[in-house]
Parts: sequence; structure tokens; C-alpha cells
Amino acid sequence: MRFTKFLMAAGAVALLSAPAVAQQPPIKVGVLHSLSGTMAISETTLKDTVLMLIDAQNKKGGLLGRKLEAVVVDPASNWPLFAEKARELIQVQKVDVVFGCWTSVSRKSVLPVFKELNSLLFYPVQYEGEESQRNVFYTGAAPNQQAIPAVEYLMSKDGGEAKRWVLLGTDYVYPRTTNKILRAFLHSKGVTDADIMENYTPFGHSDWQSIVASVKKFAGEGKKTAVVSTINGDANVPFYKELGNQGIKAQDIPTVAFSVGEEELAGIDTKPLVGHLAAWNYFQSVKNPVNEAFIKQWHAFIKSDKRVTNDPMEAHVIGFQMWVQAVEQAGTTNVDAVRQAMYGQKVKAPGGFDSVMNTNHHLSKPVMIGEVQGNGQFQIVWQTKGPIKADAWSPFIPENKDKHADWTYPWVCESCTKPTYN
Amino acid sequence: MMRPVLRALAIFLSCLLLAATPRGAMAQDPFTAALAGLSGDFSEKIEAIEKLAALGDGRAVPLLQALGDGALLVRESDKRLAIERDKTAFDALTGESLGPADQGFETARVNNRVRGVIRGALGRLQLVSPDRAQRLAAAVGVLKTRAADNLPLLEQALAQETDADVRALLQTALAATQLLSDKPETRRAGAQALAGSSDPDVRAMLVQERQSAANDPQLTAALDAAIKSIDDRLVLFNLIQTIFQGLSLGSVLLLAAMGLAITFGVMGVINMAHGEMVMLGAYATFVTQQLFRAYLPPGAAEYSILASIPAAFAVTGALGILLERGMIRFLYGRPLETLLMTWGLSMILQQAVRSLFGPTNREVASPSWMAGALQLSDAITITANRVWIIVFGLLVLGVIVLVTRATTYGLHMRAVTQNRAIASTMGIRTGWVDALTFGLGSGIAGMAGVALSQLDNVSPNLGQGYIIDSFMVVVFGGVGNLWGTLVGSFLLGIVNKFLEPYSGAVLGKIFVLVAIIVFIQRRPRGLFALRGRAVEV
Repeated sequence: MRFTKFLMAAGAVALLSAPAVAQQPPIKVGVLHSLSGTMAISETTLKDTVLMLIDAQNKKGGLLGRKLEAVVVDPASNWPLFAEKARELIQVQKVDVVFGCWTSVSRKSVLPVFKELNSLLFYPVQYEGEESQRNVFYTGAAPNQQAIPAVEYLMSKDGGEAKRWVLLGTDYVYPRTTNKILRAFLHSKGVTDADIMENYTPFGHSDWQSIVASVKKFAGEGKKTAVVSTINGDANVPFYKELGNQGIKAQDIPTVAFSVGEEELAGIDTKPLVGHLAAWNYFQSVKNPVNEAFIKQWHAFIKSDKRVTNDPMEAHVIGFQMWVQAVEQAGTTNVDAVRQAMYGQKVKAPGGFDSVMNTNHHLSKPVMIGEVQGNGQFQIVWQTKGPIKADAWSPFIPENKDKHADWTYPWVCESCTKPTYN
Repeated sequence: MMRPVLRALAIFLSCLLLAATPRGAMAQDPFTAALAGLSGDFSEKIEAIEKLAALGDGRAVPLLQALGDGALLVRESDKRLAIERDKTAFDALTGESLGPADQGFETARVNNRVRGVIRGALGRLQLVSPDRAQRLAAAVGVLKTRAADNLPLLEQALAQETDADVRALLQTALAATQLLSDKPETRRAGAQALAGSSDPDVRAMLVQERQSAANDPQLTAALDAAIKSIDDRLVLFNLIQTIFQGLSLGSVLLLAAMGLAITFGVMGVINMAHGEMVMLGAYATFVTQQLFRAYLPPGAAEYSILASIPAAFAVTGALGILLERGMIRFLYGRPLETLLMTWGLSMILQQAVRSLFGPTNREVASPSWMAGALQLSDAITITANRVWIIVFGLLVLGVIVLVTRATTYGLHMRAVTQNRAIASTMGIRTGWVDALTFGLGSGIAGMAGVALSQLDNVSPNLGQGYIIDSFMVVVFGGVGNLWGTLVGSFLLGIVNKFLEPYSGAVLGKIFVLVAIIVFIQRRPRGLFALRGRAVEV
């Protein structure tokens, strides 16, 4: 009797201690998205996306036998605060990886912190390129995966053979750099400066009357005119309202936008805007099983089937999945080991193709052009046959000649013309 | 007596006709053959639409309209075309119901290029339609998608057209199409006829022809003359348009600043939370609209915006009174503390709204009577919602002037502003007058929010964009003077709009700001100086 009791007790202890041994500290994942201020409209959704992904991973049993734990901070759309919060995440909270940032100016603000503390940032938004940091993985589009194909589309027969170009943007680094690249590209296609109009407005600009009127006037020169919009954030809503009110039809002057997705259209009546375009690497309307599962998962997590999905969310899905695979492959969350394991990671993306992480820290992704529909969704009117590899340095800018971004042997550099080791 | 006999005869004859048509002929009929292309890819669609337009068969009209509106369905099993109405598919030709639209059907896709071709085709098909609106749309369609082979059609339509507006448009379309003719004299006639136009689109067409007409001196002369005459007219129209835009921007500034003209101008409270009152007013509009949608018949939501004006006033006014009694009255005469406190308050209000309604924009739908544009001439488009907002801004100003000039409360308010001590000895409860005045200012800010919900994003940050401008207008116009606010806001609006085309939006704002700073140096009390408590401090 006594012996069996002893055995039972030993068994119980063993049973209890087995999980206790496996109960290692959780892997911490930092989430660095503005939950207040001007960018909250776009970034809050991304925070929810990361939480959803962590939740799903934990339900699958975590990572390396450890649970994942999200550490959410709010940098409040305040660019210097981004750097402080990044430092807090890495030094105080000791997170193993950070998913975050939206605007280029917030990314630029955190770069030195990630470099100094050697941590990893996954940046999910399309941006102006001209960068390839060792501590950042860029899961959004570079200009050659968004801006250039969109302009090429508008030049094609289906896009209306545009000959005159209006470049509208918000006044900060992303639109100005993108437009610099676009102007160089248009020059290479024989478009003269007389046929290009550039205009910048402040963040949150709300009175678009005179700008829309001047676009109309610019279009009255007998050549097919198209608008390329790098307007960011809130200002898009009054801009599109004004386009609709002034009766600018997409058949006459199409507008292609690089920062307007399903989420931004959620606040507008899109019926007057049918036919205006957006270029992304993903639309909610993409039809494939991976995307259907993603949308379903999102609706279940956010407990509303009215919420939309968009391109930066997809970028986080890809980035998170790649990071998980890289950690599993490396068997550790050590930054240097994970970075090595990241190269060549492949993920079946909701956008419908295998996305691959390249050694320049950018993805290969398909490019899609969508037309706005009356229900606030996009209908894809053109897409590349397969994924396009991102150029960190745009070949259309003369100074970028021969610049190379590659973090593997023998190159190992952000921008060099010769391999560092040879 | 004759009628029933005739009818019977007619029915009999039509039956005969139907029976005489062999079934097989239906399939080869060019109309049906062309229809098949509508289920193909973009270029097949374009080919099919062009064929349908050339056939001139009126049956194609509803089909093409549906295709353009994204309501044309293709049955996946047999490529049968159907039109979607109320989520049900109806056969495109016979109109018989084919069941729910989301089962077994796919929407026929179009892109901008196809939409353009549809517009041209519908134009051709509807030029002689009995419906005036359709003829107008058709004339625009034919004008925008010019094709030389439309000429005889246009001449014919013009010959039988009686409506003056449609005639004018048809004449423009005819002249614009004549430009494409291969006969030099027809082209010249077209150019001469278009000289009377003031439509920027027509100007674009002329410029386009000008580029390809180098070898015909007479034609180039005619084109140049036409372009010049349009340009001369456009200068005037552009001026009118810019002034209107300035007035519109001015009315927005006026609405945003009026509440502040009272709380800051009259009472001297540096109210940094003023923008948040505007924002709360916009959210009140949103909530009212949601309530209308939820509890009242569908048509009523069109007028929810009218109901939201008093609602916004009540909500923000009550909050204003609460704030004045609860906090601000303890800080009179301490501007720095007031500034810091109201600033903190603005952040609390923003975050409260963000937690309550979420960080994303809320959609306040524009009622149809406020949407769209008034086309005063081809060159001047005045958007309807802005006209309403100008009217609303002036109305609100009128009401405030009435309240302050013609009511006992207004008298008390002015008395307290001018001399608090004496007003108090005359038996005026100055504390309550302060509270009501702050409430009035906040309430007006709330009403501004109703108007701004039509122009700007309804988001927690809405107020942030207006606080600086509001202070600028009030200081520029003269602290404490409503007329100063009126003149100041319209002046700033117009100056801004005249500067914008030359300097861009960012630089334009800087210029205006610098100009105001210089102006304030010369006249520290603004355009219209006023005596009052603000002067005493």
C-alpha cells in the first residue's frame, strides 16, 4: 500500500514538474504602432493584426516550446517618441523582435536605436526605398513594386495612355523621394517637365478645392492626364470627396494612389470614385484559400465582419510568419542567428504567391493595380505574372548607379559598389 | 366598336410574325452575336460594345448601363447575361427572374477604358431618346468620346432636337466632332463654332487638334482664335471660381472661429479645447445619423443633419457650461494655467472619443441635397455642400448677433464683458452669465462640427486642424469683435486661395502667417479693436 502511494505521489510530482521544466519564460514581441494621434487611424489596425498573429501562434503551441507575449507601447504619432519607445522595448522589456512604424519619418527616427542595440524591426508599409538597414526587414513595397508599375499601367492602352502627370503628395520624405524617382522614370520615358506638375500639401490638409481645380486646368491641355497621389493619412478623405464633388470621373482623369487602401476608403462614399486606382501588393478582394482564411481569422479576432483587411496588414502576416520560420530554423531568438535564417524564407502570402525574403532585406511580391468599387473594395484590373524583387536603390536615380544592398557574403553592406570582402 | 377588332388583328399579326421567325435565326442575329462578347475579357468587351453601338439597337441600352454600373452578371454555367436588381438576377433580354444574384453568377468586370467606350456607345444609342436627361448624358458622352462617324448621327439628332440645353450641347458635340473630319472646310467650321465655348474640355480638344494641324494655316488660325477666345473667358471664370473658393474656406474659418470669438474674444479664456468642441459636434452629427438610420424610416436619414444642429449645440453647450463651472472659473485671470488646463482637457477629450468610437474615421454620409456640384457654366463648378456651409456660417453669425444684441441675456453678457463690477452691482449674476457665455461659445463650436463633418474627417483629431486657424482669425479680426471675425475669416480665406496656386498650400499658409504677424505688430488689437475685459487685462 505504502509503495503504491509512494509511486502515485512520485508520478504526480513527475506529472507536475514536467510542464514546469518546459515552462520557460515567454518570447517577447514588441509592437510599436501609434494608438493615438494622426496615424492612429492606420496603425491601430496593425497593432491588432500582430496581436491576432501572436494569439494564433500561441494556440498552435507557441514557438520553440515557449509562449509568445506581446508588449504593446504607444508612440502617439510623435516621431521622437518612437525612438524612446523603441529603446524601452529593447532595453527595459527585452523584446526579441519588434513589429512597428508606419510613416518613413518614424522609421528614420528608430533606425539608430535598432542599430545601436542590435535588435530586429519588421516594417510593414510601402515606402520610398533608398535604404537597407541591417536591423530592419522591409515587408512593404519598394518603389519598383508599386509606384513604377502603377505609372507604367497608366501609360499602357488599358490604363488610358496618359501623357501628362500630376504628382500630388503630402509634404514629407516619402512623397518627395517617390516623386523624385517617378520624375526620373518619366524623363526616361520621354515625358518633359512641362507635362509634369508637382504639388505638396501638409499632413491633414482639408481644403482641396483649388488643388483639384488646378488639376482640372492642367488636364485641359489636350493630352490625357493622370494623377499620381502620395497623399498620406486623413487628408485623403476630403481629397476624394472633392474629386467626387467636382465631378472628376476616372475615365477622364484617373487617380492612382499609393497610400489608400480598404481601411482609408472605409470613411467615404465610394460611388463617385469608381474607377480611381490604387497600387498595392495585396487587396482584400484577392481570391485564394490563404486570403480567405486570413480574412476569416481577422473577422473572428476583431469580432466584426465589417472590418476590412489591407496591404500593410498582409505585410505583417508575411513578416511574422517569416520570423516564426526563421526562429524555428535557427532554434533560438538570437538576433544574429535569426537574421541569417531570414534570408530566403518563403511564405504563402494572402496576396496569392510565395513571398521570398531577399538578402537586401526586402521581399519579392506581386504588384496589383485595383480600381475602386462602389462598395469600398478594389477590383484588380492588372497584376504582374509573379512576384517582383524589390530594389532597395532605385536605378532611375543617377547617384544610385551600381549601388548594391546585400547583407550576405561577399557584399555585406547597405550600399556599396564593390563587395566588402573579396 | 372598331377598337377590339383592331387589337385582335394586331395580336394575330404579331403572333404570325413571331411564328414566322425561325428559331435558328435568333442565334445568328448580329445583336445576340455581339452580346456574347460582353462576357469576355476587356478587349472582347470593347469590341462587343462598339458593335452594339454601331447596330443602333435600343435593346443594348439597359445592358450597357448595367455593365457600366457593375450590375451586369454572367451566369457561370452557360454565359447567360443577367442584370442585377435588389440582389436578384433578371435575364438581360427577357427580364425573367433567374434567382438570387450571388448564386452561380459572376459580375462582368469593366475598367476605365471599357467605361469610356460604354459612355460613347450609350451616347450614340441615346441621342434621340425620348428622355431629356438621357439625351443630355448622351450628348456629353458623344462630346467626350469623339468619333468621326458620329457626324451624320449628330446632325440628325440636332435636326429633331427641341430642348435648348440639349441643342447647345449637341452643337458643341457636333463642332467638336467636325474637328475630326477629313474635309478641311468642315474642320475649320468646327473650330469657328467652338470659339463660343467656355468649357475647359473643349479647349483641350482644340489644343489637341492644334498640335496635329500644322500644315493647314487657315485651320491653325481658326484654332488659335478659338483657343484665345476661350482663354479670355476662362480668365474671368477662374477669378470667380477662386473668389468662391476663398469664400468657402472663409466660411469654414468663420464657423470654426465664431465660438472662439466668444470664449476667447469676449471672455478672454484661452481655450485650447475649442477644437475638441468642434470635434464633439461632428461626433454628435455621426451619432444622430446612426440613430436616424436605426429608428426612423429610411428616407429620414437624409434630414438627420438638420436634427444634429440642435443636438450638437446641446451636447457641446452643456459640456461647456459644465467645464466653466467645474474648472475654468477657478482660473480666471491666470492665462498660463488656463492654457495648460484646457490643453490637457483637449487631450483627455480626444482620447475619450478615441476609446469610445475607435481611432478610425467615422462616416457621416452627405445627404443627396448637399452632394454634387452646381454647374454655373462649363468652367465654374461650385460644390453644393460648400454653398450650404457658407449659408450656414452666415446664419449662425446672424443668430449670434441677434442673441447678443436683442436679448436680455445678450445685454447681461455685454454688461459683464464691459464692466464686471458695475454689472454685478446692478444685480446681474455674473457667474451664471460667464457659464452661459462659455456654453454658448462651446455650443457654436459644436455647430461648426456639424458643418465640418461634411468636409473633413470625423476622427478624434478633427479639432486639431482648426485650433490654430481659429486663434489666427480671432486675433486678426480683433479680439472680442464678431464683425472682425467675419471680415477676418473671409479675408484670410480669399487671400489664401489667391496665393495657393502660386506658392503651394504649405508656403501659402506660411505667407499668410507672416503677414498676420506683421499686421499684428502694426495693429495689436486686430482689424476692429473693441473695448472690453480683454482690453482691461
